[in-house]
Amino acid sequence: MAEEAGSGFAIHPMDQFVVQRWFCADDLATPLNECTTNIRWFEITNVTVWMAIAVLAIAALMLLGTRRRAIIPSRSQSVAEMIYGFIYKMVEDVTGHEGVKYFPYVMTLFLFILFSNLLGLLPMSFTTTSHVAVTVVLALAVFLGVTILGFVKNGIGFLGMFWVTSAPLAIRPILALIEVISYFVRPVSHSIRLAGNLMAGHAVIKVIAGFATLAVASPVVIGSVAALYGLELLVAVVQAYVFTILTCVYLRDAVGGAHH
Amino acid sequence: MELEAAAQFAQMGKFIGAGLATMGLGGAGVGVGIIAGNFLAGALRNPSAAPGQMANLFVGIAFAEALGIFSFLIALLLMFAV
Repeated sequence: MAEEAGSGFAIHPMDQFVVQRWFCADDLATPLNECTTNIRWFEITNVTVWMAIAVLAIAALMLLGTRRRAIIPSRSQSVAEMIYGFIYKMVEDVTGHEGVKYFPYVMTLFLFILFSNLLGLLPMSFTTTSHVAVTVVLALAVFLGVTILGFVKNGIGFLGMFWVTSAPLAIRPILALIEVISYFVRPVSHSIRLAGNLMAGHAVIKVIAGFATLAVASPVVIGSVAALYGLELLVAVVQAYVFTILTCVYLRDAVGGAHH
Repeated sequence: MELEAAAQFAQMGKFIGAGLATMGLGGAGVGVGIIAGNFLAGALRNPSAAPGQMANLFVGIAFAEALGIFSFLIALLLMFAV
């Protein structure tokens, strides 16, 4: 992004997504800006730090929430219970009783994405879910898991999902082709939706904030940033919900056997 | 010199193509609007049935949005991968 510094923005809107390391792995005494080697997998970067913070925050909410269980719940207990009940009901509604077995996985996904999204909204923080590399791993795990589960549960009959028996015989091959394509496109849309929404939202906030360098516009800018921040709060929760409900829909295909 | 001009021309085509690709997201906007509008119209007629259909609403929005996301993906590929 450095070569684009002259593009008119005081702060480049994409700078917030740059992965930066915290230490120089080759020589800890080297200052960070003189560390020229590529970032390697074991190095601590802002991505790993904010992922760790998300995991710690989830653990803290769940452990503190259930530490002193009471009939009249404390605030942290009622938040933990509300999230648990909400996701449990969603899994039960969408996948049926067969799918409740996979509730822990769906709950894990929801909490991780929700906390990553919300922590990313803190000023100066890093949004891990705005990186396609992160969301693709989540989406591919769901895709591979659902595919394997479908074959384990239904055997070769899982392929019947692509053969739409309710359609006339003549158009079934075409439908099968479309179904196969749409099946393999699932992880793409599943991951890009989350990353794209988060990335676009955060970039928009920074672009609007960049207009504040014009002093006359700054009161308007502060108002619009506040409004967009509220919108982003909504988007963060809705996207976590959408990701998990789509996971449930895909799970239903695997545990429920045939398509609808 | 000629090579440089060609490279800049390719760069220009990349940016124009990425800009055009984002127009596909307008279609996703139309689709999401139709779904949300029809949901609201139905929910106002029968408010008691509305909460049970929230999951379907979000799944429908997600599927409509998926096709817009592909054009966004093309824009990203043009900008950063081509």
